[in-house]
Amino acid sequence: MALKAKQINETTKWQDLTEGLQIYEPATSKLFETGEWRTQTPEFYEDKCKQCLLCVPYCPDSCIPVVEGQRRAFDLMHCKGCGICEKACPFGAIKMREGK
Amino acid sequence: MKKHVRLVQSKCERVNKEILRYSAISAEMEINMGVKNRMSGNEAVAHAIRQINPDVMPAFPITPSTEIPQFVSNMIANGEVDTEFIPVESEHSAMSAAMGSEAAGARTITATSSCGLALMWEVLYVAASSRLPLTMTVVNRGLTGPLNINAEHSDSMGARDSGWLQIYAENNQEVYDNLLQAYRIAEHKDVLLPIMICQDGFITSHAVENIELEEDEPIKAFVGKYEPEHYLLKAGETMAMGPYATSPYCMEAKRAQAQTMMNAKKVILDVAEEYAAITGRKYGFFEEYRLKDAAFALVAIGSACGTIKDAVDDLRKHGVKAGLLKVRVFRPFPGEEMARALSHVKAVAIMDRCESYSCNGGPLGSELMAAMYRNKNKAEAINIVYGLSGRDITVNDVKDVFERLKTIAQEGVKDTQYTYLGLRE
Repeated sequence: MALKAKQINETTKWQDLTEGLQIYEPATSKLFETGEWRTQTPEFYEDKCKQCLLCVPYCPDSCIPVVEGQRRAFDLMHCKGCGICEKACPFGAIKMREGK
Repeated sequence: MKKHVRLVQSKCERVNKEILRYSAISAEMEINMGVKNRMSGNEAVAHAIRQINPDVMPAFPITPSTEIPQFVSNMIANGEVDTEFIPVESEHSAMSAAMGSEAAGARTITATSSCGLALMWEVLYVAASSRLPLTMTVVNRGLTGPLNINAEHSDSMGARDSGWLQIYAENNQEVYDNLLQAYRIAEHKDVLLPIMICQDGFITSHAVENIELEEDEPIKAFVGKYEPEHYLLKAGETMAMGPYATSPYCMEAKRAQAQTMMNAKKVILDVAEEYAAITGRKYGFFEEYRLKDAAFALVAIGSACGTIKDAVDDLRKHGVKAGLLKVRVFRPFPGEEMARALSHVKAVAIMDRCESYSCNGGPLGSELMAAMYRNKNKAEAINIVYGLSGRDITVNDVKDVFERLKTIAQEGVKDTQYTYLGLRE
């Protein structure tokens, strides 16, 4: 029985990998921490945010979750720190800082 | 005059009746005994493809394999197969389309030679690492340059480390038999690797020889239906193929892939045994021709083996204990088995129809010598490059090699272990 993507990690033996590293589940990219590539991190100033949601469609990695019409904190597991959201925000509610 | 015409007419009628009678007898024989025929190696491949009736064939023409897609196109036009033929713009596209259709769940075949195979290079590795059991009939021709279109093994030998299975043929009968066994080996759940079925350009691909063909029904039953466990167009399947693998995963992935090549050894022998039960024609990793009691042996691949067998027969008549080991399966490499089969010989010449510019001999020579060393084989061994770019190899050339082996058996290897045969110098 093939392992689930969630069960495969850096301790998995070669005998337990799927054929050709095939993946038999959808949306497993969510499990993959790409946020570690980041060298700059966005910071969210909630008091300045007008909830215009302009930052949401600009984010190339869909790292700004929206719940009930309100944007929430950044998904830093997948944010690569590109800084586009900072430029998109008209109210200065997002500032990039150096480092992870 | 009228009388004369009547006489001729009645003679013609008698001859016609005879012809009808003989054709009825031969038709009956064909039904009962399998079909004896004569055809070229490319025709034999096309005949096997007709019997397999693969789902998809993307291919691009290149000498000397061009006839294969051409014959299959004719068969499609005539309604003899329902294979989907994809005319592509290059061999890179042919192999990419072959990968795509195999991944989608379709049994796929393609054909190529020489530079066409070289243009597929990048995709060959991906097909193997993605574990796609597609089949490619390779009509071996040298890689350019110098520009040449004739028989040589540099094309498929160059791809020897791409993760494909490789099976070679001496003649049209063998390429037909090998192709019919290809999918059974490649699609086996312990293998799932792409496979090259190779034959020598022009020498077997275009030369017409006698051949024994099998009937369609037993062959279709033997090949069976392609029923992969996972494929992209499977209803309800959610899967990704060929994902990016970071360094913590690549080594494990490659080791797992290497295991399937090791598993293929047993599968190749099992399939050959099953094939022999149907056809009576037996195959293994290699053929041992008068090798059991041989003191001097040649090891070779492909059509040259026919010539070598003639030389061996001649030499045997004169009391020389000559023998041949004809390599059929090159990937996986049956090194241990070959070393064992050669364990009793005094001297062996390993023949490469390929120059690998390594300064260490051809691919077969290098790999077999390494295997002989590992298995503590004591025979004196030399490596000979021959027949490049279609250069003929004659019975007398082969006899000269056996003469060299006799000297080497007594005196050891004095000159270099790696030489050319029939070179002007």
